[in-house]
Amino acid sequence: MAFSLHGVHVPHRKHTQDKPVVRMDAPNTVVIPMVMHIGKPARLIVKVGDFVKVGTKIAEADGAVSAPIHSSVSGKVVKIQDFLLSNGAKAPAVVIESDGEMASDETIKAPVVDSKESLMAALTESGIVGLGGAGFPTHVKFNVDPSRIEYLVINGAECEPYVTSDTVTMVERGADMAYALRVLSKYLGIKNVIIGIESNKKTAVASMQKLSEEVKDACTLQVKVLPAVYPQGGEKVLIYHTTGKVVPVGKLPIDVGCIVVNCTTLATIGSYLQTGMPLVEKCVTVDGGAVKNPQNVLAPIGTSMAEMFAFCGGLTVEPAKLIYGGPMMGLTVPDDTAPVIKNTNAILALTEKEARLPKTTACIRCGACTNTCPFGLAPAAISKALEKKDAEALEELSVNACMECGCCSFVCPANRPLVQNNKLAKAFLREEKAKEEAKA
Amino acid sequence: MNNKLKLAVSPHIHSGQSTAGIMRDVIISLLPATIAGTVIFGLRSLLVVAICVAACVGFEALFNFIIKKDQTIGDFSAAVTGLLLALNLPANIPLWQCVVGALFAIVVVKCLFGGIGCNPVNPAITARVFMLIAFGSMTVQAFPTVVDTVSSATPLSLGEGAAMPDLLDLFLGLNGGAIGETCVLALVLGFVYLLVRRVITWHIPVAYIGTVFVCSFFMEGMDFTSALAMILSGGLFIGAIFMATDYVTSPATAAGKLIFGLGAGLITFVIRYFGVYPEGVSFAILFMNILTPYIDSWTRHKVFGVGGKKA
Ligand code: SF4
Ligand code: SF4
Repeated sequence: MAFSLHGVHVPHRKHTQDKPVVRMDAPNTVVIPMVMHIGKPARLIVKVGDFVKVGTKIAEADGAVSAPIHSSVSGKVVKIQDFLLSNGAKAPAVVIESDGEMASDETIKAPVVDSKESLMAALTESGIVGLGGAGFPTHVKFNVDPSRIEYLVINGAECEPYVTSDTVTMVERGADMAYALRVLSKYLGIKNVIIGIESNKKTAVASMQKLSEEVKDACTLQVKVLPAVYPQGGEKVLIYHTTGKVVPVGKLPIDVGCIVVNCTTLATIGSYLQTGMPLVEKCVTVDGGAVKNPQNVLAPIGTSMAEMFAFCGGLTVEPAKLIYGGPMMGLTVPDDTAPVIKNTNAILALTEKEARLPKTTACIRCGACTNTCPFGLAPAAISKALEKKDAEALEELSVNACMECGCCSFVCPANRPLVQNNKLAKAFLREEKAKEEAKA
Repeated sequence: MNNKLKLAVSPHIHSGQSTAGIMRDVIISLLPATIAGTVIFGLRSLLVVAICVAACVGFEALFNFIIKKDQTIGDFSAAVTGLLLALNLPANIPLWQCVVGALFAIVVVKCLFGGIGCNPVNPAITARVFMLIAFGSMTVQAFPTVVDTVSSATPLSLGEGAAMPDLLDLFLGLNGGAIGETCVLALVLGFVYLLVRRVITWHIPVAYIGTVFVCSFFMEGMDFTSALAMILSGGLFIGAIFMATDYVTSPATAAGKLIFGLGAGLITFVIRYFGVYPEGVSFAILFMNILTPYIDSWTRHKVFGVGGKKA
């Protein structure tokens, strides 16, 4: 690898890094949407009035790219309601009233895995999706010809400010990760595993070095300590910095022989293979200046932000922004009823002061955006082309390569809405393309 | 829960860098040159600085007020233009000419094109060229008040056979010229400050001054001292460090900046040796300003994962 990609030094604010993970009490109710993954919504198999337990399947995977969904509490299905997704679409959500027992489904037992096929079947049943990013179903990701897999890259580069749920998982759940690595290397023939971790996570690095020793007989696990530069954990950035491979725009990591799996996803695979308990809870960083007692909470999926905050001592001041995920890429939500879903890694309640951004002024053509972009894009030029609705120029500027990491907006002295414009530019190109296809 | 929650597209935090902060740094970086100019050319220098800055800020405020635009003088860019303009004028310039220059820089070059970020050429440079043509201001040379004038003719206007001024004098600025351009020491101090504060990168100044040096070196028959005198003279350092690096009118990427510096250096060299004007820095920068949009489009970064490079 010749050069490191650019990035920015963001404030770390990792207040929760050295605190132990705390398991949440049974929430009163959970709201479980049928879309917590990329692909088709899961198909509901319960109805109002049904009794469920922790781990009871409530929805089936619908089609090849989908994932089943399981109840995260024991109790009664009280409602099926519409749920507004972040992209504006709607999907059904199951509302379950908890009986407070958190009793596990008796039918749950460790899956029998003795071949690649049985491993894939087990992963499909686990309900596991990519927990670090967009929620791509894990069984789909691994269901490739094993000879194509040159590297398994584990993402331990948790580069967003505040967020530490992956870091604490690496510290606390090395055994689960080891179990998963043994099984994956045995049935998928994976030999080379690299984990990328940023240098500011000393305890996680130590834990992973221990893990590397432990799994020596099954595969070589290389612990790669990377500079703590945002966005180190971006999938393509991580692949480049660990293996030197460049994933072409519009292609998948497997096209260059890599599978990337988030460290928490790996730990979850390990625990599922050992116990058979599907993905029903998630370690979530609860932080932000408004939270009284910031910590990592192991929460049943579907728990509302409000209950999470209450569990962490409540909010000390009125928050100005509630965010799913980190402050660089996270989504704001309009109220605190939003539930924890499978790929939620953090919920933040930012104070007025934390959420305050400088005023947007005119672009001074300083070049900071293009000189900071890890991918070398030219955000200022993209914004101009978007203003002119110039589809050709936008293609030429490769706006579709943008990973929306936020570095450009972060450094812009005029605080231009560069990420927002890139998103709009991508949507504009999609529309143009659809129009063209309709014509043809 | 309240309904005051803000919804916004990420990112939700910011580096804190601002236009005003950058301009403040530029002003700080020009203070050594301002002080040196005052010491060398006397207190009237300060008067010129004050008039130029006040006129630039005033004209911008007035323009915004008249066209009912949000006030922009708080970004300090008008103050920077005023300061740069003043430092490019001789200390004995008539004050009314300063006001006309400021009017030209701010209203004609900057505001009429849409304000900060939209001007195609650098306002201070363009105003300097305008004044040179309109008033012949630059030929009204000011001479240092701290040394005797005999040793202080500007080397660029020396006739054949005249003795070269001392290199140290040139470095310290004890020769004739505009208020802020003569003291290379002060300008380099400002350069270091801008580099440390990461306001600018080394590319344009080094490529620019380096090109002039190398060309002069060969032109002067490989004479190191003459080439050195050539770069230390006139407005090369102030132009290369402070005017050519103006964000709005110079390229964004490192490759673009190197081309810009190289081009400006070549033009400066050609004008100095073969042109009718003794000084070519302003024209060179102005010309490269005009080329900047093209340089920008030729020198975009290669986008990661697009085209050529095999994985
Ligand atoms: S960082 Fe902001 S001000 Fe600078 S060029 Fe990019 S958009 Fe313009
Ligand atoms: S253009 Fe896209 S990839 Fe580049 S810094 Fe901005 S958000 Fe990140």
